[in-house]
Amino acid sequence: MRPANAVIHEVRSETKTIRTFCFNLDLDPAPGQYVMLWVRGVDEIPMSFSGKKRITVNAVGDATNALFKLGAGSSVGLRGPLGNGFVLRGKKILLVGGGVGVAPLAFLGEQAKNARIEVTSLIGFRSSDDMIFRSQFQSLGDVVLTTDDGSLGIHGRVATGLKVLDLAEFSQIYLCGPELMMWDIISRAQDHANKIQACINRYFKCALGVCGSCCLDPDGTRVCIEGPVFMADRLMNSEFGKYRRGPSGSKDLCRG
Amino acid sequence: MPSLSVDVGGVSLRNPIMLAAGILGTTGASLRRAAQAGAGGVVTKSIGIEPRTGHPGPNIVQVECGLLNAMGLPNSGYKDFQEEVDLARKEGVPVVASIFGSSAAEFARIARGLQADAFELNLSCPHAEKYGSELGRYPDLVESVTGAVKANANVPVWVKLTPNTADIVELGRAAEAGGADAVVAINTLKAMAIDIETGYPILGNRFGGLSGQAAKPVAVRCVYELSSNLEIPIVGVGGISSWEDAVEMIMAGACAVQIGTALHKGYDIFKEITDGLSRYLDRKSLTLDDLCGLAGRRL
Repeated sequence: MRPANAVIHEVRSETKTIRTFCFNLDLDPAPGQYVMLWVRGVDEIPMSFSGKKRITVNAVGDATNALFKLGAGSSVGLRGPLGNGFVLRGKKILLVGGGVGVAPLAFLGEQAKNARIEVTSLIGFRSSDDMIFRSQFQSLGDVVLTTDDGSLGIHGRVATGLKVLDLAEFSQIYLCGPELMMWDIISRAQDHANKIQACINRYFKCALGVCGSCCLDPDGTRVCIEGPVFMADRLMNSEFGKYRRGPSGSKDLCRG
Repeated sequence: MPSLSVDVGGVSLRNPIMLAAGILGTTGASLRRAAQAGAGGVVTKSIGIEPRTGHPGPNIVQVECGLLNAMGLPNSGYKDFQEEVDLARKEGVPVVASIFGSSAAEFARIARGLQADAFELNLSCPHAEKYGSELGRYPDLVESVTGAVKANANVPVWVKLTPNTADIVELGRAAEAGGADAVVAINTLKAMAIDIETGYPILGNRFGGLSGQAAKPVAVRCVYELSSNLEIPIVGVGGISSWEDAVEMIMAGACAVQIGTALHKGYDIFKEITDGLSRYLDRKSLTLDDLCGLAGRRL
């Protein structure tokens, strides 16, 4: 498909560097699916949905900074929804998110709540200033909050919050955030890897499964169309958490 | 079952259905997966001297009749890429390294430094400044680059040609004169798409290469013309997505074919095509050799 034209009808400021862009276009995405967002004249980048018609973006590069210059009434190109999203399983679930990675989990949590599934959330941020969507998660159910600097909630990384939870209680665990944060959770929750769905990212170019830029070692899994959501046990013996490929295809070590 | 094995300019393939350059060829693991799925041989993403990140996005647009891409030759550089080739070779099918450079000397340097089962010279990418078809549309440069690689490589050298020229046979003859062991035809057709809401060209690079369905009749014609005029074998590529397409391309004169865009349907495509080709040869009581260039003998 060619990129669809999407008009921005509202921009919400979530933190100093995070904004939510609401579109007039309903692409009917599942939580965990993504869209290729074309900021015209700049670049095209993958972005998760934080709701049916919205994305929540951290300004980190050329395309996202250019997007932040756009206000209501401006438009972007959207190609999607793409990939395989989260699948709701069971009656009691845990959402585990870090930073802007909590955005697709908030979307998933809404759907879970509508399906009368009991939702618990473990969400973590660098500091209270970086926190987003707290009230949304609170409206879904119990929330365990962590901050790296201890400014709010439990002092420490997201994984620190695991100690107040019993993972055996949950039918399914949903994970999204920085790679090392997800790897930290998966490593500590190895016994539950077959019930953890993790939404990961790699360098996407074509988003059609042909160019090969997002392939995982060692089996060549194409993250753009076979993911971006995977069962954690499928990631355990892969490059995930160790290295990832940049735009040239060369390997970069994952760093905190 | 009829034999599908074939020798293409010094490269022995267990079957004539290969993975094309630029498709799932960035990592050894994805190349290996294509081989496991049944490809007779695999061609890597085009590799240059230094790492390149490629063009800004969009890098791909789906159009009514195929795919338009302008990746911009992203690659990790030939030194880093060796480990990917080594990994891909573990599957036991030939790994052809697609290479590019801005001069005969650059091509030769890579050919000296990179170990693979063969080289495919990218003299045909239509969307990278100083590379690909910017050299490959000139017959004298095709001949000198081919000659330089032949003088520096100890494996077969294939030359991938651009269709964005008035006479592809002239380019094929230049490759042959330079000592090429085979030619590969065709690379993508230079093309573009425009966003009608805003007037922006969709591809980050504005121009790109058209592949898929639309390219096939052009590729069939190019392969037919080349096969009628060259002595060296032709590898056909462009829009093949079924065994029927493969048969047509082989009848046009290809002794092997490469699959690119159709991989978006999944890796099963290799088995689908080889099985279909095999059944066809059986039904017609033909060998692969009988089929190759059959159209050129129907005068």
